[in-house]
Amino acid sequence: MAQSKLQYGTVSHAGRLPSRIADDLVKNKYLYMMLLPVFAFFIIFQYVPMYGAIIAFKDFSPRLGILGSPWAGLEHFKDFFGGLYFGRVLKNTLMISLYDLIFGFPAPLILALLLNEVRSSIFKRSVQTITYLPHFISIVIICGMIKDFTSSDGVINDIIAFFGGERITMLLEPGLFRTLYVSSNIWQHVGWGTIIYLAALAAIDPEQYEACKIDGGGRWKQMRHVTLPGLLPVFVILLIMDIGRIMSVGFEKIILLYNPTTYVTADVISSYVYRVGLQEFQFSFSSAVGLFNSVINFGLVIGANWLSRKMNDTSLW
Amino acid sequence: MRISLSERIFRIGNAMLLTALTIATLYPIVYVAFASFSEPKLMMAHKGILWKPLGFSLETYAAVFNNPMILLGYRNTLIIVVAGVSLNLLLTSFAAYALSRKSLQFRKPLMLFIVFTMFFSGGLIPFYLLVRNLGITNSLWALILPTAISAFNLIIMRTSFEAVPDALEESAKMDGANDFVILFRIFLPICKPVLAVVGLYYGVGHWNSWFNAMIFLQDRELYPLQLILREILIVGEADSMAEGAATDEIIVLGETLKYATIMVATIPILFVYPFLQKYFVKGALIGAIKG
Repeated sequence: MAQSKLQYGTVSHAGRLPSRIADDLVKNKYLYMMLLPVFAFFIIFQYVPMYGAIIAFKDFSPRLGILGSPWAGLEHFKDFFGGLYFGRVLKNTLMISLYDLIFGFPAPLILALLLNEVRSSIFKRSVQTITYLPHFISIVIICGMIKDFTSSDGVINDIIAFFGGERITMLLEPGLFRTLYVSSNIWQHVGWGTIIYLAALAAIDPEQYEACKIDGGGRWKQMRHVTLPGLLPVFVILLIMDIGRIMSVGFEKIILLYNPTTYVTADVISSYVYRVGLQEFQFSFSSAVGLFNSVINFGLVIGANWLSRKMNDTSLW
Repeated sequence: MRISLSERIFRIGNAMLLTALTIATLYPIVYVAFASFSEPKLMMAHKGILWKPLGFSLETYAAVFNNPMILLGYRNTLIIVVAGVSLNLLLTSFAAYALSRKSLQFRKPLMLFIVFTMFFSGGLIPFYLLVRNLGITNSLWALILPTAISAFNLIIMRTSFEAVPDALEESAKMDGANDFVILFRIFLPICKPVLAVVGLYYGVGHWNSWFNAMIFLQDRELYPLQLILREILIVGEADSMAEGAATDEIIVLGETLKYATIMVATIPILFVYPFLQKYFVKGALIGAIKG
């Protein structure tokens, strides 16, 4: 049975593409039955919107539909690049990503290194359980807590006032938005981020530590010559991937926290697309902005993956 | 083994630092919990941090549960989670099983077709217009169908299906079983842990999601819990905060009501989480390895 299947496979390989497809459809009909709803899903909800993105090059009106709407060429892109807000949203997107990268990226690594030095497994596990927890709290609740704590009669201002400072509604201060955004991100995700580093730490051969100890290496030498080199591949991949995401700041947390007074520092590309598209209904213009962002992001991820493969022989595909 | 003085100082310092970080992580949640159990009047007058609840009162919890919108939101969210996760798991295991079979000739290009969607998308506006054209806005389908499969979870499940020995599939085929039988009778029972992981990820995703509901639902009767929370916590609409309660009461209850609402919406996750932690961690690792 197995042999006849094998021969069947070889024969179909030799055939031309249409007959190969036909053979495979017959042989694996149940698999294709399973894949039918799956591909229907990806085509409808992923590829149809990609096709729909051509409204970025049209003057779309819902009445005329995608095909019927007149072409506009690159007009919407020109409007965006020459517009008032291009510089602002680009700068805000990059600044928030950069802050997240500088402060948020090393935080899980440092926490993992500290956890790795803990000898008591109960203590270690308690710290892990508690620091993982905020990762699962919904973004609406997180933002609700931020809004409440930072309001002028909130707990943070109570503490500031106690030390003689002045009460301010922090979410109305453009100068504080990025700090609040990034620090609450760290609070929420630092524990969860340690998981991958802790796994890499557990994979380091204990004999390497022994060898280092025999050579007279203390804690710092062990850290420098065994631990950090052991973490380097993971660190580099994660860093490259994060840099690949530098232009994609999600809009959910932004639109929950920002308001017209803080647009100047808070409005990023994705939140701008949301506002112009779904609140002001400029479908074509906002599609153009979104398409510009998608293309840049795609290029960055491909580049990041290429770099990661060059440096580590590890990549996503 | 003798422990040197510097070693001891390091260990104590490290433990103190980690304890401080843990407290800093937990305190905002503890503060909300304390505040939610406090007497509303005492809480209004209070300034600064809380070491314990101010008095003890379940008045605000009663108000939260008396709010029909909260109960409705809870109900809608439960429907979305149960229906959504069922569809998610069915379609994801179909995809993962079929794409993990070596006999499938075109599995590489088919996989590429799916993975591509992880890195490129048509964007928010075309997606919005699509859902509108499908005519499923203002129904819970708009929240369930567009998130039916996540390519990321598909990859996690496919990885674990690939690890199932080929011999099992071959012997079942000899006995005349078709692929559906093999998937449901052999693969899913063997891969129960990964099914749990993926189901949890989907479940938390549905529980926490709010944006699609905001743009696709007009009918308040359909609002999931997170959207009600957004009104109460972010937009700050007093009427949705305590529908049915007298106005004076709302002002007094005001602050504590927010905290009790946060607790009511978070407690399910806080309770379930410690028991499921190992599954979450497992999923995070498979996911990280596979990209």
